[in-house]
Amino acid sequence: MTSTLTAPARASRAGAASRAARSTTLLGVLGFATFLALLEVIPRTGLISPDYLPPLSRIGVALAELTGEAGFWTAITDTVQGWFLGLVIAVAAGIAAGFVIGTIPVLREFTASTIEFLRPIPSVALIPLAVLVFGTELRSVLLLVVYAAFWQVLVQVLYGVQDVDPVAQETARTFGLNRWARIRHVTWPTALPYVLTGVRLAAAVALILAITAELIIGAPGLGNEIGVAQSGGAVARMYALVIVTGLLGVAVNLLARRLERWLLSWHPSLRREVAA
Amino acid sequence: MRFARRGTRAILAALALPLILLILWWVLTADSESYYLPPLSEILAAVDDVWLRSDRLSVDVLPSLLRLFAGFLLAVVMGVALGVAIGSSRRLRAFCEPVLEFLRAIPPPVLVPVLMLVAGIGDTMKVLVIVSGCVWPILLNTVEGVRAVDEVLVETARCYGLRGPARLWHLVIRSASPQIVAGLRQGLSIGIILMVISEMFAASNGLGFSIIQFQRTFAVTEMWTGILLLGLLGFLLATLMRLFERRALNWYFGLRQAQRGGSR
Repeated sequence: MTSTLTAPARASRAGAASRAARSTTLLGVLGFATFLALLEVIPRTGLISPDYLPPLSRIGVALAELTGEAGFWTAITDTVQGWFLGLVIAVAAGIAAGFVIGTIPVLREFTASTIEFLRPIPSVALIPLAVLVFGTELRSVLLLVVYAAFWQVLVQVLYGVQDVDPVAQETARTFGLNRWARIRHVTWPTALPYVLTGVRLAAAVALILAITAELIIGAPGLGNEIGVAQSGGAVARMYALVIVTGLLGVAVNLLARRLERWLLSWHPSLRREVAA
Repeated sequence: MRFARRGTRAILAALALPLILLILWWVLTADSESYYLPPLSEILAAVDDVWLRSDRLSVDVLPSLLRLFAGFLLAVVMGVALGVAIGSSRRLRAFCEPVLEFLRAIPPPVLVPVLMLVAGIGDTMKVLVIVSGCVWPILLNTVEGVRAVDEVLVETARCYGLRGPARLWHLVIRSASPQIVAGLRQGLSIGIILMVISEMFAASNGLGFSIIQFQRTFAVTEMWTGILLLGLLGFLLATLMRLFERRALNWYFGLRQAQRGGSR
């Protein structure tokens, strides 16, 4: 299609594309500015009482104050620690279990119903158990985070292992690759995109559960700080903390996508994206 | 004959592991002295007393489910309506996307204390919390689905003069429905989590409230029955969602299968 275009036509199309990209960025910036402006104006006009939603400028001041406190940085470290440890455990366990179950058909057949039953159990159901057994320790947070994130990874790994091209599998067998080599060179590369999708989903869920555990159980971290600020009536501070959790969420998403790009740079789906 | 044998095997495969796990749980905890881990037989015996013979089903479980239902329904209406609007216009999408990305990244449970300020600790707060968590996956998936509507179908619809509500229903929503349903599924599981959390944080009734109440009064056996009930509820709602998906997307699964079969 594009090869039939004459050179000037192609150039003008490229120009139009970059113009479109620029206007998209501009609109995005404009949209965000509008959002921020609304957050400032709505409480000032009294549409929502400033007692409940302080103007953005006051939240900004609270945010600036927060960054000067040592306790705030400890809280962030605590949250990130619970998130990261839980995610690593869940990902490792999910990949290991997924590969074992996925590559052995009998296991797959006999575990399917159990997985389908356990997966939708909301991990928050474990909160009271975590409180009783572990109290407000890090282990409480980890229990919830790992339970929630594990299924995300496991299910994606199972899809991925199932997706292996039978011809590639047969070819590898013909070339005399043993079981381990086949997993390493055929199954793993096929499953990797799925694994990374699982990691991305798990990373987001893990952050939600880490902050939930802190909020409800009272384990140290941002969630707990939000609870304290709310019960102490420090409204602007509470909103500032909520914004910080949002920024943390954005950072987690970006990080997961970066990881995906980096580990899958060889994959056709990404190569096409770069070429286009 | 062979068919029947395969059927038996499938049933065996579905039931074997759950049964083994249950029996293991039963046997291993049979004379458990542990305070946290009462025997399974005791837990099951307590279910009757705690949930069935008291009025907890109508006082706690029903309000929880109604709030979940109301919140989810509101989120579906808002998410699909906004999603269709944003997905249909390139400009609007560019305008909203960064804000949506940020709002979506806020972990929904932190909205519990925020909305408590605005709406108190009543039903309104809990429904709002559920809406504010469920709406993002539904909204963003709808946007993606609407954006990816087949160009040929769009042109065809234009040629046939399809417009207004008919175009919306038969072309846009129909094409986007696989993504919308995926969003509904994600939204529902977040909704259940938020239903429980909002009740654990501040409430006077509800499933989450009674479970946390059992834990605070160290009624461990009762707490376990609550955990089991909540787990069962999660499973049942997920199953209902899957049945709905099968029904609503029957055409899509068929289409995909035909395409796969055809390309071989």
